[in-house]
Amino acid sequence: MSKRSGQKRRQLRFEIFRFNPEDPESTPHIQCYRLDETPYLSLYLALNQIREQQDASLQFDFCCRSAICGSCAMMVNGRPLLACRTLTKDLPERIQLHPLPAFALIGDLSVDTGSWFSAMNQRVAAWIHEQHPFDPDAPEEPMNDDLAQAIYEGDRCIECGCCVAGCGIANVKPEFYGAAGLNRIARFMIDPRDRRETCDWFEVVSSEEGVFGCVGLMACQDICPRNLPLLEVHAYLRRRMLAGRRC
Amino acid sequence: MEHVETTDVLVIGGGLAGERCAMEAASAGQDVVILSIVPPRRSHSCAAQGGMQAALGNCLMARGDSPDIHYLDTVRGSDWGVDQEVARIFAEEAPVAVRELAHFGVPWTRLRPGKNTSFIQGRRVELDEPQSKAGLIMQRDFGGTAKWRACYAAAGTGHAVLYAMDSQVIRLGINVRDRMEAVSLIHEGGRCWGAVARCLRTGRHRAFFARATVIATGGYGRIYGQYTTNATINEGTGAAVALDTGIVPLGNMEAIQFHPTGLVPSGILVTEACRGDGGYLLDRKLQRFMVAAEPEKQELASRDVVSRHMMQCMKDGRGVETPFGRHLWLDLRHLGERHLDSKLREVRDICRDFAGLDPAKDLIPVRPTQHYSMGGVRVDKDGQAYGMAGLFAVGEAACWDMHGFNRLGGNSLAETIVAGRIVGRSVSGFAAGSSLSVDTELALGCVRDAEERSRSWLARTGTGPCVYEIRDAIAETMVNKVGIFREGKELQLAVAELWKHLARIDQAVLRSKAPGMNPELSFALRIKGMARLALVTAMGALARTESRGAHFRVDYPLRDDASWLKRTLVRWHRDAAGPEFSYEPVGMIDVPPGERGYGSAARIEMTVPVAEYNSRVAAEQQLQGRHGTSEPTGSRMKWGAATGNKPPHDTVGGMDE
Repeated sequence: MSKRSGQKRRQLRFEIFRFNPEDPESTPHIQCYRLDETPYLSLYLALNQIREQQDASLQFDFCCRSAICGSCAMMVNGRPLLACRTLTKDLPERIQLHPLPAFALIGDLSVDTGSWFSAMNQRVAAWIHEQHPFDPDAPEEPMNDDLAQAIYEGDRCIECGCCVAGCGIANVKPEFYGAAGLNRIARFMIDPRDRRETCDWFEVVSSEEGVFGCVGLMACQDICPRNLPLLEVHAYLRRRMLAGRRC
Repeated sequence: MEHVETTDVLVIGGGLAGERCAMEAASAGQDVVILSIVPPRRSHSCAAQGGMQAALGNCLMARGDSPDIHYLDTVRGSDWGVDQEVARIFAEEAPVAVRELAHFGVPWTRLRPGKNTSFIQGRRVELDEPQSKAGLIMQRDFGGTAKWRACYAAAGTGHAVLYAMDSQVIRLGINVRDRMEAVSLIHEGGRCWGAVARCLRTGRHRAFFARATVIATGGYGRIYGQYTTNATINEGTGAAVALDTGIVPLGNMEAIQFHPTGLVPSGILVTEACRGDGGYLLDRKLQRFMVAAEPEKQELASRDVVSRHMMQCMKDGRGVETPFGRHLWLDLRHLGERHLDSKLREVRDICRDFAGLDPAKDLIPVRPTQHYSMGGVRVDKDGQAYGMAGLFAVGEAACWDMHGFNRLGGNSLAETIVAGRIVGRSVSGFAAGSSLSVDTELALGCVRDAEERSRSWLARTGTGPCVYEIRDAIAETMVNKVGIFREGKELQLAVAELWKHLARIDQAVLRSKAPGMNPELSFALRIKGMARLALVTAMGALARTESRGAHFRVDYPLRDDASWLKRTLVRWHRDAAGPEFSYEPVGMIDVPPGERGYGSAARIEMTVPVAEYNSRVAAEQQLQGRHGTSEPTGSRMKWGAATGNKPPHDTVGGMDE
């Protein structure tokens, strides 16, 4: 840091998409803000500084500010990213911010990922369909730790929406589950606590909304902030479905 | 009626405690609405990393564990501030809660039979886990516990549990309304009838009329501004609306936990599991200072004790100086890549993303950071708020009170589920037994009041201060004067400053009059509540002239069981200029006050016999507004089971009702 202090500090130019649907006078437009770059400046800090010092009406979503809650995904120079962990030092001076596409706009950079994911989870019935009711007096069923870790791997999705925003199909076909939805399905498929068989999953997964709706661009794999193995997930689901409706 | 909705049960807060409670009520056939300020899966519960305490006793280092020992650890950890009956209820039910979560799909890390490498008290050890326990839920070590007890899913335990719980909420079809913030409670004559909520999409208000209302909004760490591990949403809104009623007391607001390892400079949590798994704290000369400070527990003393040693170490000139202030080091390098990539992978992610370092090779800069609110809406063992029928609170928002003056790591995640189950049962029982006569006038009146508050903010003009500036001023006062080491004169200054900050809110002016949710207005509507919470925290700390758990007074360094074996209660009567403080006994005592086994052993002893103390509990708590509980006070205690002491015979069984 001390080495860099001799260098001239950058002045950043933020070009931010603005639209407030609750304001009849508001129209979609790009608004510019300038901010002096400071060491370790993240988009979380930068956007809050802009709101608190320049434009109090600016809407965006942050919650945990530690890249685990999935609230703050946005398009940063055309790429979906978690804003809280994006440092300005890794970006050019000109920083264009847009809300995620494929989700309903709430205002400015804020989008309704919550409703999208809740609906998707309902459609794919993303909960354990247990084999038997819970017995509070029984010890837990043993599970091999490698399997537990494999389930955890898929469970790590934070529903930030980056994979959906970056998906060529999800952007034109709202009913497509997206990589997040397919990953969720695979997570329950490999879980022995779930009683659903291949034939139960067949209609859900093999439709155009499911894995066969994907044309294999695999931007999701490149974009996922959690580095989920989405390519493997797609391959796994196709393999399972090719085995057919056997039950 | 378009501004009024009705339901059986209204749960304010979509984190783990709120969702588990909602689930219990919905499973019992109640109509439930959850209001959540964010989509539930983004709640701060998802940030819990290291584990959930429950005495399963599966692995070698957990062998012989039992709810008795968990209960004792919890009482000691609390510095005898807990309600011991609540701690007992909690410890007994925690194992069932963890197993139930396995049933709901949580991918708990499982026991691997054969040789497992661990680090215990600085030594590398091989633990040969037996085949007979293969695949059972694994435990790891945490601070202040006698056994390995924290069940975990890597370092993403809160995330895994929250997603499993929310999947059950979706399955049950519970009506979840996200981006809805409760801004006031609807109540009349000591009976709560729901809440008014403001939509954070449109800015519009709406009343939710309910037979039973539950506050589950989490803690108030954001009164410390950026000096907290808490999410931006932990602004204490639930405690604030309860305080606004003028009737409901908040308990032990001065009991604020500082976590030893907040990442510098961002303040993001680095889990206690790092030290549980064998990580070291180092000073600037890379020396382990906790070995000399706490020879027995070392890095794994309770959080209040470790945080104080760290602060002292930095005061003694052993901290690392940086432009972002002083810090110490957390060293995980010896744990190895494989361990970091499996059991602490989220820690590795956070270090990479927010400090640009790799814990396999680099030291992690850390310092104590505000982390948890032991205080909150004072409730009885059934979760009913004092002084207000039909109002309940659960989780971090509540002062139930199983944490006293210091919460043990892993006990909060466990509390959310255990208390969610228990309070959920009590809420649905209450709702089923009460009729709902919707008083539209009362509800609409509350909506109009809330709308008026928004309008008056928007109508203000002039050159007054900005709300964010006041927020920062409150935070500076809190972190500098109501922190880890507290002192009378500093606290008096803090109280004076906070009164000024509170007064300035009435002069504050919005910079934006934008229609809709208006982020600045949304915050402005919360700032007075936050200022009041900060003020009652500081005043409570000033009044408590002893040191207990996380509340440490440099000018009163001893725990004083003669005068202060009691819980602080604070109300802010409607139209009163300031808050009113009172005190109640902590609850019935089964484990008599003694040494914790870490930290200082010196203390001022109780002067009244335990039996006499216990005989007053029920009556004195009733005077403070405690309702009748489903079972009498002390009925769930297992007298002497954990200590081997003879039960004080005259306190066994019912004392009230």
